[in-house]
Formats: sequence, structure tokens, C-alpha cells
Amino acid sequence: MKRFRVAVHIVPRKGLLDPQGKAVAGALHTLGFSSVGDVHVGRHLVIEETATDAAHAERSVREMCTRLLANPVTEDYEIASVTPA
Amino acid sequence: MKVGVVSFPGSNCDEDALLAIVEQLHEQAVMLWHKDHDLQGADVVILPGGFSYGDYLRSGAIARFSPIMQEVVAHARKGGPVIGICNGFQIAVEAGLLPGALLRNESLQFRSLPVTLRVESTATVFTSAAAKGALLTMPIAHGDGRFVAGPEELDRIEGEGQVAFRYVDATGAATAAANPNGSMRNIAGVTNRTGTVVGMMPHPERALEPLLGSTDGKVLFESLLSLTKA
Repeated sequence: MKRFRVAVHIVPRKGLLDPQGKAVAGALHTLGFSSVGDVHVGRHLVIEETATDAAHAERSVREMCTRLLANPVTEDYEIASVTPA
Repeated sequence: MKVGVVSFPGSNCDEDALLAIVEQLHEQAVMLWHKDHDLQGADVVILPGGFSYGDYLRSGAIARFSPIMQEVVAHARKGGPVIGICNGFQIAVEAGLLPGALLRNESLQFRSLPVTLRVESTATVFTSAAAKGALLTMPIAHGDGRFVAGPEELDRIEGEGQVAFRYVDATGAATAAANPNGSMRNIAGVTNRTGTVVGMMPHPERALEPLLGSTDGKVLFESLLSLTKA
């Protein structure tokens, strides 16, 4: 068994109103970053996981996303990286 | 009738809910600790407001996995009545007892103010004593109360009469101005398909004394009494 560090991005589902993202975009425009379009605020989790290989570590974290980490009604998730811990 | 009120770490409306049952209904009420594994014979379960487990990850997401919630879900699956108020609504949704999800208020502000609700369904354990279309005033106090659901799910719950309450203005119209949190279709509360589980963001347990500005919450608790007569 090896230790892995699995990074997950959880973001609001596209099309759903994201007031936090809008507020951040507004603040960036105020600062002069006029090139900024939509902003979405989500969560970034780093999970240390013990598994036989990277594929198993990823599969396990996907199940965690389905069952707890992401809300299936409002959020999407993606595995950003799986690296040896 | 015996009512169980679940107390999670961070619950802050559990005592009010307990008093609502004892002082308003003169029925038995028992506090259920989140680590308990049994409902102590409760016929009805109230999931009260607050900030269970600090609202970490998402409101209600961690509370849903507490030992007592396994019993609450089993109770609900057998047709047992469950009422979720505010954070309790968020927990019930996370536990899959009710449809939809509750997100950050559109304004991004914590909103604490009296709102007007229209009773949309009287076919639930918590609204059976109310009149359909009745307007009720009671407070809200939440940061994550924006009800959302997918478009098809939204049409389904509307079509099947699962909308229990809507935010309306003083004339009973569901306007954008009367919507305190940006909830889709002004939805303030929903029920499951059988009307045995009800969730709502407003606080009926804070609308029982004239001193607090409204006694409109009474009719919801009085609805529970029909369970004993049945």
C-alpha cells in the first residue's frame, strides 16, 4: 500500500446562480481587472489516501465526492491531481 | 404523543422547539443527543435550527451522518413524521428526506427578519390545521436558505404538491421583493411525497408568543395534534 495525495475541485454547477462568484468578479472589476469574466467560487480539498495504486486512490475519492464532499444537486467535482504523498 | 428534538453540537433552537411542544401543545417532549442511537419512543422528530457541526463543508452535510440521523432516516422511511426547521431543513435535505438543496442567500447576507408565508399545501403533518392559502408571519434567520433544485425536479415537486410554503408579500403575491434569499419560485418549505416530512427555513417556534411579534407558528405545531387523534 502507498500513500497518495488526491486533490479535488468542487465547483457550483454551471447555470446555477453563484452569488459569491459574482461578488468576487465585481471586486476584481473594481480593482481594474476589466478583462475578468465570470468567476466561480468552489472548494479545494486535499485528501491523503492509502491505496495500492493511484487509480484506486482516485476511485476511492470519487466515491467520497458522491457520498459526502459534493452535493449532487448543486455541485460538480473533478479530481485535479493524484500524487505520491 | 411524544416528540423528540434532536440536539446537535451547534444547534441553538432545540430548547425553543422543546418548549413549543411542552408549553403550547402540553405534550411530551424529549431531547435526543446526536450520538444517541435510539429515538426514545418519539412519535415525531424535530430537527431544530442552528449551525450543526459549524456548518462545515455544507450546511447539514456532516450532521446527516451522526448516529441519531440514521435512526431519524429509518423513522421517516417507515412513515414517521419529521419536521426540519432552518438548519434542520438543511439536514433533512442532505439526508435525502426532502428534495432540492439550500445554498448561500443570493444577497450573500445573513437575513434575520419577519417574513410572510403562504401555506401551499395542507396535506402535511405540519400544515394540516392551517387553511390553504393562509398567510403566516414568522421570522427567518439564516445565511444559507436559497432553495434550489434542477428544472425537472422543480416542476415535479410543484406538480406533486410538495411545495409547503412560499415567501409572499402582504397581499399574498410571490414577488421577488418578498423573497428574502433568492429561493427558486419563492419556495420557503417543502414536503416529501407523503406529507410526513416537512422542511422550512422560517422559524415557527419563534412565533408563538405575542411578545415576539407573531403567534402564527402555533397552527403548525397544532397540526401535529391531529396525529394523536388519528
